[in-house]
Amino acid sequence: MNVLRGAFVVLGALAVLAATPAVSFAKTDIHFWHALSGQLGEALEAQAKEFNASQSDYEVKPLRKGSYSETMTAAIAAYRQKNPPHIVQVFEVGTQTMMLSGAIYPVYELMQQHEIRINWDDFIKPVVGYYTKDGKLYSMPYNSSTPILYYNKTAFKKAGLDPEKPPKTWQDVEAFSKKIMGTGGAKCGFTTAWPSWVQVENMHATHDQPFATKANGFGGVEGVELLINREFGVKHIGQLAKWQKEGIFSYGGRAGVADPKFVNGECAIYMHSSALIGSFTKNVKFDWGTGGLPHWGAPYKKATSIIGGATLWILKGKPQPEYRGVAKFLEFLAKPENQMAWHVNTGYLAVSNTAVRNLEQGYHFVKNPKQYTAFAQLTGLPPTPPAAMAGKKAAPAKPERVSTPNSQGLRLGNFVQIRDAIEAELENVFGGKKTAKQGLDDAVARSNNLLKEFAATHKP
Amino acid sequence: MKRTVFKNRWLPYLLVVPQVLVTLVFFFWPAGKSLYLSLFRSPPFGGRDLFVGLDNFTALLTDAQYYDSVINSFIFAGGVTSLSVVVGLVVAGLANQKIRGLAIYRTMLLWPYGIAPAIAGIIFLFIFHPSYGVLPYFLSFVTSYEFNWLLKGWVAMALVIVATAWTHLGYNIAFFLAGLQAIPSSLLEAANVDGAGPVRRFTAIAVPLISPVTFYLVVVNMVFAFFGSFGVIHAVTRGGPGHATEIMVYKTWNDGFIGLNLGSSAAQSVILMALVIALTVLQFRFAEKRVTY
Repeated sequence: MNVLRGAFVVLGALAVLAATPAVSFAKTDIHFWHALSGQLGEALEAQAKEFNASQSDYEVKPLRKGSYSETMTAAIAAYRQKNPPHIVQVFEVGTQTMMLSGAIYPVYELMQQHEIRINWDDFIKPVVGYYTKDGKLYSMPYNSSTPILYYNKTAFKKAGLDPEKPPKTWQDVEAFSKKIMGTGGAKCGFTTAWPSWVQVENMHATHDQPFATKANGFGGVEGVELLINREFGVKHIGQLAKWQKEGIFSYGGRAGVADPKFVNGECAIYMHSSALIGSFTKNVKFDWGTGGLPHWGAPYKKATSIIGGATLWILKGKPQPEYRGVAKFLEFLAKPENQMAWHVNTGYLAVSNTAVRNLEQGYHFVKNPKQYTAFAQLTGLPPTPPAAMAGKKAAPAKPERVSTPNSQGLRLGNFVQIRDAIEAELENVFGGKKTAKQGLDDAVARSNNLLKEFAATHKP
Repeated sequence: MKRTVFKNRWLPYLLVVPQVLVTLVFFFWPAGKSLYLSLFRSPPFGGRDLFVGLDNFTALLTDAQYYDSVINSFIFAGGVTSLSVVVGLVVAGLANQKIRGLAIYRTMLLWPYGIAPAIAGIIFLFIFHPSYGVLPYFLSFVTSYEFNWLLKGWVAMALVIVATAWTHLGYNIAFFLAGLQAIPSSLLEAANVDGAGPVRRFTAIAVPLISPVTFYLVVVNMVFAFFGSFGVIHAVTRGGPGHATEIMVYKTWNDGFIGLNLGSSAAQSVILMALVIALTVLQFRFAEKRVTY
């Protein structure tokens, strides 16, 4: 009887073994928490799958934890309970919090210890710079984007405007909007997504205006204050408020809540992340194009824009050998061919120069000029890809925008709350409750308190 | 009152253990933890909790925006409670008539209570959203008035009040109906003989007689509006525009889970807890005197 039972046990065990792929025996799980959904999430899962198939030691397991905020909160809770994921995707506004958390394993250190060399110099400056401290890279650039301008070509045609010429200046935006509204091409001229990121953070950067003291926060934590209530900020936000009253600008809410206004043809021009190209290609029924963010012209310099999106942070608290798998995965992500695939599948930027060059040589940008707009704006080049990119000797394009210390990015503590404070005050201004000056003054006062609080919490 | 006598002197204690345990684990423990956290300043990832005494509280009490959220809470709770109690009573009065298909009506009236607050919020979004809502679309044919609560604070507040009151209506109707049906029909018939019309019978007899129910509902609705009305606001306005619909419980969540300021968030929940306790005590002290059981 006992023999029989023993035989069953062995048989059962064999059956279980047969059911699991042989390679999974030695595989170490690498947990990767992220915030991407839909098409973007699928592209991420595909990447993990490809990495898992490419080697037999590690198994990257992606898990979506909700929005960016929810993912970060979940990682924090897990870290506090001493069971963090290896990798967590954190949005750009969480950078300072992560850097000073004491909970992270900086990417440069991880790669050094595992003797994996990645040529970070090959990466696009405005992207790497955002996550670098003292010349050292802290997190792995992953999904980066920058705001650009989308416009409705059909509405432009109806108004007698050249559908191949997006507005370049804010004066253009006003004039075009009036024409479009006059001919019934659209109900409102333009709207915006991410009010703080696009209209305050990036407008300051592209006009070479400082956003905060201490080199936009890159120079330290103590004593940083916002500068958005100065001449430029008040002028730009005041103008938006005036246009809101006249119906030229139609405020549509925070984050991407205003999408329907553009997609339904209500507003002819929309300023939003370059990562929306993929989704608009699928969902927008009319003919549309892209352009650089509008500029106010002299006396302001025309500077490059700053990025948004997220990077991958490595959390401490896992057994040391497992980090080798993390380093291998990052190496995989940094390869030009994977960068290119990621860009093509999602619309996020390819962040290494090699990948960008390959894309150019493969005519990718000539065939998809919309996807070139963001690169151009970040690197300063003109927004249209030179037609003769593949091998032919074209004169190098003359930079159209300059890169300045004000256009390198922002590094602020409590940035999530600062954005919230700015966007709340923008709503007060657009709603006519406050003047631009009052609203921005209040946003600055509130943000300075938050910065002070952050400095006090993170005293060295 | 009949006094139950247990033979075994431990049995009664054993019987209340589960309830006490639940209360300890789900109420006293988190409440104690909040109280503790409210005295510290701690970085999101933990590590070094810095004791700051009452700093978190003084920071709140000197912050104009915090008072705005307190005022918003009272406007919101007052609005939700009065709307859902008054409408609930009127609808219950109507549903208490003898009409054909009564059972169907009554069931349907209870439905909104079964809808999750977040879903209710989405439903209201589809009706009222300035861009894709049905109502602004039809309004645009008759008037140029823009129903734009994305920028008008008071419109946004009115919208979340109506939406929240609507989700809670079914609950109130159920209680009022039960109360109305417990009124002895002899009283109503006597009034009828004396010449009192339906409205008079309702206001002079039914309303005073169900005052215990009304009182209970006011307390429960008030507590619900202060504490439990997160879902609708999160789905519809997220506290905006400006901070026009940011009530205390929303700010507590936002500062804690989005802003990662746990100390301030804990202090806010302590204040909120004290406030709701005080409100409930006050209601029992003063309002209960007018209630006839």
